[in-house]
Amino acid sequence: MSVLVYTESEEGKFKKVAFEVASYAKAVADQMGTTVTAITINADDVSELGTYGVDKVLKVKDSKLDAFNAKIYADIIKQSAEKEGTKVVVVSSSADSKYLAPLLAVGLDAGYASNVVEAPTSASPFTVKRTAFTNKAFIFSTIDTDIKIVGVSKNAFGLKENSASAATEDFSPSIPENGVHVDSVDKATNTVTIADAEIVVSAGRGLKGPENWGMIEDLAEVLGAATACSKPVSDLGWRPHGEHVGQTGKPVAANLYIAIGISGAIQHLAGINASKVKVVINTDPEAPFFKAADYGVVGDAFEVVPKLTEKLKEFKAQNA
Amino acid sequence: MKILVCISHVPDTTSKINFTDGDTKLDTNGVQFVINPNDEFGLTRAMWFKEKQGASVDVINVGGPETEPTLRKALAIGADSAIRVNTPATDGFAVAKQLANVVKDGGYDLVIAGRESIDYNGAMVPGMLAELIGANFVTNCISLEVDGTNAKAVREIDGGKETVSTSLPLVIGGQKGLVEESDLRIPNMRGIMQARQKPLNVVEPVEATKETTTVKFEKPEPKGAVKMVSPDNLDELVSLLHNEAKVI
Repeated sequence: MSVLVYTESEEGKFKKVAFEVASYAKAVADQMGTTVTAITINADDVSELGTYGVDKVLKVKDSKLDAFNAKIYADIIKQSAEKEGTKVVVVSSSADSKYLAPLLAVGLDAGYASNVVEAPTSASPFTVKRTAFTNKAFIFSTIDTDIKIVGVSKNAFGLKENSASAATEDFSPSIPENGVHVDSVDKATNTVTIADAEIVVSAGRGLKGPENWGMIEDLAEVLGAATACSKPVSDLGWRPHGEHVGQTGKPVAANLYIAIGISGAIQHLAGINASKVKVVINTDPEAPFFKAADYGVVGDAFEVVPKLTEKLKEFKAQNA
Repeated sequence: MKILVCISHVPDTTSKINFTDGDTKLDTNGVQFVINPNDEFGLTRAMWFKEKQGASVDVINVGGPETEPTLRKALAIGADSAIRVNTPATDGFAVAKQLANVVKDGGYDLVIAGRESIDYNGAMVPGMLAELIGANFVTNCISLEVDGTNAKAVREIDGGKETVSTSLPLVIGGQKGLVEESDLRIPNMRGIMQARQKPLNVVEPVEATKETTTVKFEKPEPKGAVKMVSPDNLDELVSLLHNEAKVI
């Protein structure tokens, strides 16, 4: 009966979303009067999950599972759900979890709601609040099946500590055949990804050319932020496609989003609206982005950005 | 190769979103409907397969008669024929079930859908469809090549990309990258005229139970006014971000 949560890891270490979904699973378990079981695949040290309310960990270790595979991972989560007699499965909104969740839903005959932003507003009927219309609205929807899958929006629920000591059980599921094989993975190392970042520094055509991105990278570095860009910038080839954020690019749900030299087209706003605090730096006081911003600076990026980086360095030095 | 492209009929991004009937229905008054942008990248890639590899391309939508202009637009862009499954799209699972039935009957080798629609943003129909018909599945797909029954695809992942090998039958959750924005086609007059003559087949739905129910919609709280900070006083911005917003 326990709530099952898939806690993702990478190279043996939990992703931050793992703790957020664990926190969410604990809230659901409390509503339903049950416990939380986490399923981990090739995570090394799982003890930290207890801090976020996990009672039991099903620990899967198998070198055949080193590369993520949606079909196989979905099947393993399904086997864990069946073993635990789970009625609610909680997953994150990472690219991988969004890939596997629909497969899992069909496998378990479970209804699935993605982009959920709060603990269920009611346990019976099981009702969740999710974003829709690219963050222009919310939908309250019920999940009507016996087993339910909840995909939690990044940064919406947050981390909630709930000290429990998680009992660990080694689990050896069967690994099914599948028809999608990973040939190669091309991933930047040592940089913060847009998906994981608390802070995202994003720049647009106002920067005038790719040679001017040094100051954006400097600002990002001092904040420990990921860098991103607007669509025209990626279309012009100034920055790689993977940095394009907006409706047709990557979604951003950061704590702080700093937009520099981006006018704020509605397609851009749609992709970044889930961010909590937005700072806009633009020379044009009429830029539509200011209407969507929390803080605004009207000024030339070439002056404001280096100055802001210096101020932040001073701040970091004082608060280190 | 027989390709089916799934076309979602969605409000244009610039539309104001409002609700009626006690916040239970989208107010379509004054809303312009378009082909879901993620689907349009897939449709354009399908046109490439048609022109270079002789594929046939059908398009499909699950919805009422009001979605037909969107299907006609896909025909004007170059699809050969259209199918409308005559039932309202109630939830992701019910839509996937309807699509699965058509794909099985039609013997399609490749189904291209968008990674998500820009209205419900569920990102679930392509995966559910693949699982229902037992096809391979790659989502967030930014590149796709097909050679015989083998396919190579690139998936965008958090922080990078991944190249995979797979085979037909295959379902793709597509997005920008399958083709570039500049490759998208605006229907020309000839295309629009031809589209009127192309078949748009209305098929009746199979039985499919929805698994989720929309209870009501809600609009976000209106945002507070922006606080402007002088470019000569960036200390204030740092202090606001630290003390007020608490994000640094």
